[in-house]
Amino acid sequence: MSLIEFNDVSFSYPNGFLAVDQVSFTIESGENVAIVGQNGAGKTTTVKMINGLIKPTSGKVYVNGKDTADYTTATLSREAGYVFQNPDDQIFHNTVRKEIEYGPRMLGFDEEKVQDLTQQAAHLARVEDYLEENPYNLPLSVRKFVTIASVLAMDTEILIFDEPTAGQDVAGLETLQHLLQQLQAMGKTAITITHDMDFVKTNFKKIFVMANKKLLRQVSPKALFQDRQLLEQAMLTQPFIMQLAEEIGLEDDILTIEDFVHAFSKNY
Amino acid sequence: MVMGLIDLKNVTYTYPLADEPSIKDFTYSFEQGKFYAILGANESGKTTLCNIIRGFIPDFFQGELTGEVLFNQEPLSHYTLSELAPYMGYVFQNPFNQITGARDNVFEEIAYGLENLGVAKGDIEKQVKDIMEMTNIMSLADKNPFELSGGQQQRVAFASILALSPDIFIIDEPTSQLDPQESERIFDIIHQLKNAGKTIILVEHKIELISEYADEVLVLEEGRLICSGKKHDVLSDISLKERQIDLPETTLLADALRKAGYNIPEKLITKEEMKAALMAHIKGVSQ
Ligand SMILES: Nc1ncnc2c1ncn2[C@@H]1O[C@H](COP(=O)(O)OP(=O)(O)OP(=O)(O)O)[C@@H](O)[C@H]1O
Ligand SMILES: Nc1ncnc2c1ncn2[C@@H]1O[C@H](COP(=O)(O)OP(=O)(O)OP(=O)(O)O)[C@@H](O)[C@H]1O
Ligand SMILES: [Mg+2]
Ligand SMILES: [Mg+2]
Repeated sequence: MSLIEFNDVSFSYPNGFLAVDQVSFTIESGENVAIVGQNGAGKTTTVKMINGLIKPTSGKVYVNGKDTADYTTATLSREAGYVFQNPDDQIFHNTVRKEIEYGPRMLGFDEEKVQDLTQQAAHLARVEDYLEENPYNLPLSVRKFVTIASVLAMDTEILIFDEPTAGQDVAGLETLQHLLQQLQAMGKTAITITHDMDFVKTNFKKIFVMANKKLLRQVSPKALFQDRQLLEQAMLTQPFIMQLAEEIGLEDDILTIEDFVHAFSKNY
Repeated sequence: MVMGLIDLKNVTYTYPLADEPSIKDFTYSFEQGKFYAILGANESGKTTLCNIIRGFIPDFFQGELTGEVLFNQEPLSHYTLSELAPYMGYVFQNPFNQITGARDNVFEEIAYGLENLGVAKGDIEKQVKDIMEMTNIMSLADKNPFELSGGQQQRVAFASILALSPDIFIIDEPTSQLDPQESERIFDIIHQLKNAGKTIILVEHKIELISEYADEVLVLEEGRLICSGKKHDVLSDISLKERQIDLPETTLLADALRKAGYNIPEKLITKEEMKAALMAHIKGVSQ
């Protein structure tokens, strides 16, 4: 069985609004997946079903062999950690250290392990310098990394990041890239929701494209960015360099500036 | 120095208990009717600067503010925050903080600000409808503003300020949660605001959109203004790359092509400019 399995899953919010409509997919252990798609497509709603924050209204979600309908959110959060889209929905301690320690402590790890996990997580999310700060005095971009660290510290097999790229500068994006590589090396399974097509282009081989409550396709970056119809359906745009290459008639597959210069000098 | 609409002179600000200032000796004159983009790494002081211009510093945040902040040549401190409200609209970095929750659907949430400004009941409905159409949120009209996706909330937050039609828009990262097409829509609206004579002060990381739409660009680094000027001058400066400032792909590509021996004209920053230069080169080669 796959690590994560969605079988014909739908979800309606309590007010009756259908947000996810008959979605099926599997994710294997160790995969690094991106989810992209227009605002309101149902991305956040979908991933919240992986760690049991919400349960499907119909269909089945299995995580590590467990039918999520049969388990509490507390149990499921040992399998999958979720970093909220809005960090302020997640943060509730008055120092960064307490915020990060909270998760592993809740899971019942001994104190030494709690400290180890806190240290490692702070290191990976590059928030070591802020451990004694009050998260509310930190800029939003750093608060996001605080919430990432607090989820990493729970040492779950599955990690879900909801819009980690939003508002990040060059260094922040590098931190995220490095983090995803580390997680891969550790054999973790990562799911990242993002609107940043340049980040998608360089960091993922597998992309889930969502639009209008549905999972449209699972594709590679090349396949995605060459499929105009799919891009249009999901309100996405090609990365800049691909647009330019197409507009001046460069034929080759061009994803980076290096590709562009190479192709341009070959032709002209 | 030319007197502008908003003038900051040698402004330095330190948050309570902070070791060092978050804004350092900042001097700049913002003129009426221009579109200013503020760039800078995370923690460089962009939001802090917005809070100073809006007067939230020193009114909400204590700490130490020195230097002069002038609005229409008068100290900003002569105005109360609510006196400034009709002139200055502020779109917060975190859209989740903007929604008042005073009303239970999106339409009324947006209308609420207009009611507070004393707009006649009969005019409110049409104004709200226009704004909702412009920001593509008509389909959310009956929804609870707290039961929206992240990007939907951000559009509602933006629309609620747009509805107030202030003279000056201070907008802190309005597209951070938006899909690429909705991000373009926001820039298109900002462009229209500018054409209608509004003054725009925008913090934004989406550099391609800035290169297309902004007039002037200011770059902050650790609280200091390290460069400012017309977008073509600032954004074509490849040396900013080493300072961790995101530059337009055109600037990076121009640099790479020059290193590969091509003769690329100076100060290109947009895709259209790069395209024109490359087409000219191609034409030259094929003749
Ligand atoms: N608590 C809620 N109650 C009712 N409807 C909701 C609630 N939260 C979200 N929705 C609706 O469900 C749909 C899917 O929302 P979701 O947050 O999953 O979208 P998303 O793909 O993550 O979008 P974004 O890119 O804007 O974050 C949206 O139309 C939204 O309005
Ligand atoms: N309430 C506060 N109390 C103390 N220090 C603060 C407070 N708010 C911000 N700071 C500090 O001021 C500096 C600038 O923060 P600011 O939020 O202005 O940065 P920013 O450029 O907007 O960052 P971002 O890109 O993350 O939004 C940071 O070092 C931050 O820690
Ligand atoms: Mg979302
Ligand atoms: Mg900020």
